[in-house]
Amino acid sequence: MSAARSGRRAARRVALAAAGLALALIVLAPYAVMVCTALKPEAELRMTPPRLTPIAWRPANVLEVLRDPSFQGWLYASLVVALTSTLIVVLAATPAAYYTARHRFPGRSAFLLVVLVTQMFSPTALVVGLYRQFFDLGLVDTYAALILTNAAFNLAFAIWILRAFFASIPREIEEAAAVDGCGRVRTLVQVVLPLSLPAIVTAVIFAFIAAWNEYIVALTLMADPARKPLTVGITAYVTAYVQHWNHLFAASVIAIVPVVVLFATIERHLVGGLTAGSVK
Amino acid sequence: MLIAAVVVYPAVALSRASLSRYSITGLRQGSVGAANYARLLEQEALPTVVANTVLWVAAIVLVTVVVSLGLAQLLNEDFPGRRLVRWALIVPWAASVIVTSKLFVWIYDYYFGLLNHALLSLRLVAAPVDWLGNDATVMPAMIAVGIYVSLPFTTYVLLAGLSAIPGEVYEAARVDGASAWRAYRSVTLPLLRPALLVAVVLNVIYIFNSFPIVWTLNDRNPGFAHDTMITYMYKIAFKSSLRDIGLAAALGVVNVLVILLAVVLYLRTTSWREAEA
Repeated sequence: MSAARSGRRAARRVALAAAGLALALIVLAPYAVMVCTALKPEAELRMTPPRLTPIAWRPANVLEVLRDPSFQGWLYASLVVALTSTLIVVLAATPAAYYTARHRFPGRSAFLLVVLVTQMFSPTALVVGLYRQFFDLGLVDTYAALILTNAAFNLAFAIWILRAFFASIPREIEEAAAVDGCGRVRTLVQVVLPLSLPAIVTAVIFAFIAAWNEYIVALTLMADPARKPLTVGITAYVTAYVQHWNHLFAASVIAIVPVVVLFATIERHLVGGLTAGSVK
Repeated sequence: MLIAAVVVYPAVALSRASLSRYSITGLRQGSVGAANYARLLEQEALPTVVANTVLWVAAIVLVTVVVSLGLAQLLNEDFPGRRLVRWALIVPWAASVIVTSKLFVWIYDYYFGLLNHALLSLRLVAAPVDWLGNDATVMPAMIAVGIYVSLPFTTYVLLAGLSAIPGEVYEAARVDGASAWRAYRSVTLPLLRPALLVAVVLNVIYIFNSFPIVWTLNDRNPGFAHDTMITYMYKIAFKSSLRDIGLAAALGVVNVLVILLAVVLYLRTTSWREAEA
């Protein structure tokens, strides 16, 4: 009886593992196409019938892209925009989140509501307004415009996730620090911040990835080919006139891999932050 | 406290500014009154675009949520390699949607795309299909990509909902003699309702707002026959011969109102005040 039952359980586990494996393969299949295409020589792009894997593997594509001055410009733009906007997000979100988590003040609900609504909005619906605004300010085609937009839209997630984390730190710890003679700022810096490192790391990675992947604002605001970030820049490899799919995908792989790795590290905290306290 | 308030202020201002940008354009329209809105209603493409948008949002949300329900159920079980599957699912979520869209343009390609090749080899189609050039197939092809990129987030939300259901309720259902299907229907689904609502409403917002997929996959086709309200707005403002910021802004305000409506719905369904205590 128990042998039959454990046999059934084992069979169930095997079936589940098989289903899981099939799922993983289906999900990853398009990206396998991406990686394989990235490693094909130019001539193999136009073969009929097409094949998935290259006949002659050509890792040199990746080096060529890395050496391409245009690519270097886009990479630089992406790094500048993503890093700076992330810095702004953390510097603004940490005190804001701490304050709303620890103090009740008039307008606190309204503030949190504004934060939540910002999170729901992507810049997409507002892009025409954003363009007008930056046009009036004379900031079209500057990194500053991209940095400000990304910072503003990623602030909400950061405040939300940090606030939840600060709220979960027992007040007693801070009171103990106060008894030991710590000032308010010192308590925050030496006691609270080290404790909330996981939440801060999550906020940093999320803000960085969101800015790194941002497309529509960059597409709209950046006209100078040299100042475009990666998402917009790399599309120049495939246009109506030139079709370097292998270079496009080599560049894509370079752009995606770090992001996927970073994303995997914050996966556990992500859902809670994105659904803004509704799924507990 | 004062110091903190001073730091809070830019945060509020920044959030506020990001929200009020559309009203800046709104103000600009003040000079022409409602003329832009009237002209918007006269646009020949408008009914098609609205219909496309409804189809785009409804089809993606429906299929995504149903499929994600199955995926979440699978990932909620314990089996060897589960971590691996979860990581695999992260890739389309973390990758920028524009890159994934370009990837699908390549996969859908009439001559060199692997999709046609695979379907021909399996004898599922008799001749190659011009997925992105044929009026009948563009929308389904774009919707498929929309579903693909929406699955990870939705699955993870439902997974969070599932793992919050205590094991004892299943124990109780089993003791009461409920079959697996019965237990699923009368225990899991009702308890999963909050997570399902969140998944539906957030997806409606995300997909309504989605730009890169339609922008990229529908690139070759002239006119507005396969555009959603978002890409239509963008084309009016920056690409087509219209180049009409006022008209685009009018549509932009409509889009923002649609999203606001969804946000209000979201706040109602999640009763967020409770959660913040």
